[in-house]
Amino acid sequence: MQKYSVFSLIKNAFSDHQNWEVAWKDPTPKSEYDVVIIGGGGHGLASAYYLAKEHKITNVAVIEKGWIGGGNVGRNTTIIRSNFMYDANARFNEFGMDLWRNLSQELNFNVMFSPRGIINLAHSDAQMNAYARRGNSMRLNGIDAKLLNRDEVKKLIPMADFSDEVRFPIFGGLMQPSAGTARHDGVAWGYARQADSMGVDIIQHCEVEGFDVEGGKIKGVRTSKGVIKAKKVGLCVAGSTNILAEKLNMTLPIETHLLQACVSEPVKPVLDGVVTFGAGHFYISQSDKGEMVMGGDLDGYNSYAQRGNLPTIQHVLTGGLALFPFLSRLKMLRTWGGIMDMSMDGSPIIDKTHIEGLYLNCGWCYGGFKSTPVSGWTFAHTIAQDRLHELNADLTLNRFSNGYLLDEKGLGTKTWIS
Amino acid sequence: MLHINCPFCGLRAQKEFAYGGDATVKRPELNKEVSKEEWDNFVYMRKSPRGKHIELWHHISGCRQWFKVQRDTATHEIFKTAKMSEEIK
Ligand SMILES: Cc1cc2nc3c(=O)[nH]c(=O)nc-3n(C[C@H](O)[C@H](O)[C@H](O)COP(=O)(O)OP(=O)(O)OC[C@H]3O[C@@H](n4cnc5c(N)ncnc54)[C@H](O)[C@@H]3O)c2cc1C
Ligand SMILES: [Zn+2]
Repeated sequence: MQKYSVFSLIKNAFSDHQNWEVAWKDPTPKSEYDVVIIGGGGHGLASAYYLAKEHKITNVAVIEKGWIGGGNVGRNTTIIRSNFMYDANARFNEFGMDLWRNLSQELNFNVMFSPRGIINLAHSDAQMNAYARRGNSMRLNGIDAKLLNRDEVKKLIPMADFSDEVRFPIFGGLMQPSAGTARHDGVAWGYARQADSMGVDIIQHCEVEGFDVEGGKIKGVRTSKGVIKAKKVGLCVAGSTNILAEKLNMTLPIETHLLQACVSEPVKPVLDGVVTFGAGHFYISQSDKGEMVMGGDLDGYNSYAQRGNLPTIQHVLTGGLALFPFLSRLKMLRTWGGIMDMSMDGSPIIDKTHIEGLYLNCGWCYGGFKSTPVSGWTFAHTIAQDRLHELNADLTLNRFSNGYLLDEKGLGTKTWIS
Repeated sequence: MLHINCPFCGLRAQKEFAYGGDATVKRPELNKEVSKEEWDNFVYMRKSPRGKHIELWHHISGCRQWFKVQRDTATHEIFKTAKMSEEIK
């Protein structure tokens, strides 16, 4: 594989950039693999990469029904954080932060990880107390957390409305300074390119339509390009998890819902870091190009449509205007939606299943992008060793029946209501 | 924007309604031994089909009644609405 560097850039400039190697090949599927990963999103590609790199399993195929990066990995609002209260989620995601910090170097691909901080705003004393508690829990797990008062917030986000007329005055906030954003497509492309260079086949435009299971053991997958045998199969299909589970006669603690986001026209730098509006459902950051990237509520009912309805966007932006009045003068460039696998406690599932050789990676809700590296890392371990890693030891499927829920938000089974 | 036909008030905009989830999930029967698995299925397990889905909606800014809606989860087409006492097949 060709290495990207200043020198390769200069060298290729002399031939008008016509002679770059392809970043990943377009192979026809072999008849059999050691591992087949279903889903060429961030999680599937990261899993394949760590299978090859950490476990030396390179006879691997990633099967994607569309094109890699066309799913949620290319549709999210790029927020990366580990501001969790429960030990299992905190440790898992903080390990992920360490992977993020080195990812551009490791992949020889600029994923533009930008640790510019995230602030969760508080609008009441009760909310300040809750954030103080969350911040303390984070620090016990070695995660940086800073409780900010009103003046400190004002210094960091002067564009917010600090006047006396507002319905939800800002009391302060909780900040994770090391949180941030990354270039979402870059993450998919970087993992794809490295996985490909180590021998992984990335097979696009190939849909998994069914499974071959014999005597409680996985034998392979049936696809639109024919039957592909596999010793092990990993599912990384985000919002399509229920569709594939149904073909396996499995029912999961998951519902598929739609999340929208939007961006404005680009403007000069006005906002450093990510801000979430704790009184409504709204969050915002500014992209490197200057666009304001915004999102909030789910559409609020089961959905497999990859586009949303306007009332939700209007509702989200109402919250946005309450916080940042200057947004009213910006034009919206585009809105889009992605389908989310909402788990019943809001936390993910990375586990084995009752079928031998079949592994599950799902339940990412609206926060799976930040976990892309650590999800791939632990899933690769789970598949290669046929057992859970200590980082995903609590992210199990049976935590629901055992009562060991990881319900960060206290929303119970209606995680889609927030 | 969805337009939902409330069985009591008629056709109204989505903004008047709140969603209540899958209407086919049945609570385990009272006054009998309920297994762990039955509770698990009732509280957590969901089919979440792509296509026709029977679900609960609440006319929260209208008559405040709960009722059932049969909707396509991919196209958002609404086929039928019915009162709670009525069946949708
Ligand atoms: C609007 C929006 C904003 C978000 N914001 C954030 C955020 O700020 N921070 C954050 O951490 N997370 C965020 N998320 C969530 C995050 O994007 C997802 O949780 C995460 O990307 C899911 O993992 P993935 O990347 O592997 O999924 P995907 O990229 O969706 O990958 C799954 C792939 O599986 C493929 N597939 C499905 N069925 C089949 C089949 N039968 N055969 C073959 N292939 C199949 C799909 O085509 C898809 O490419 C957001 C999501 C959305 C939609
Ligand atoms: Zn009504």
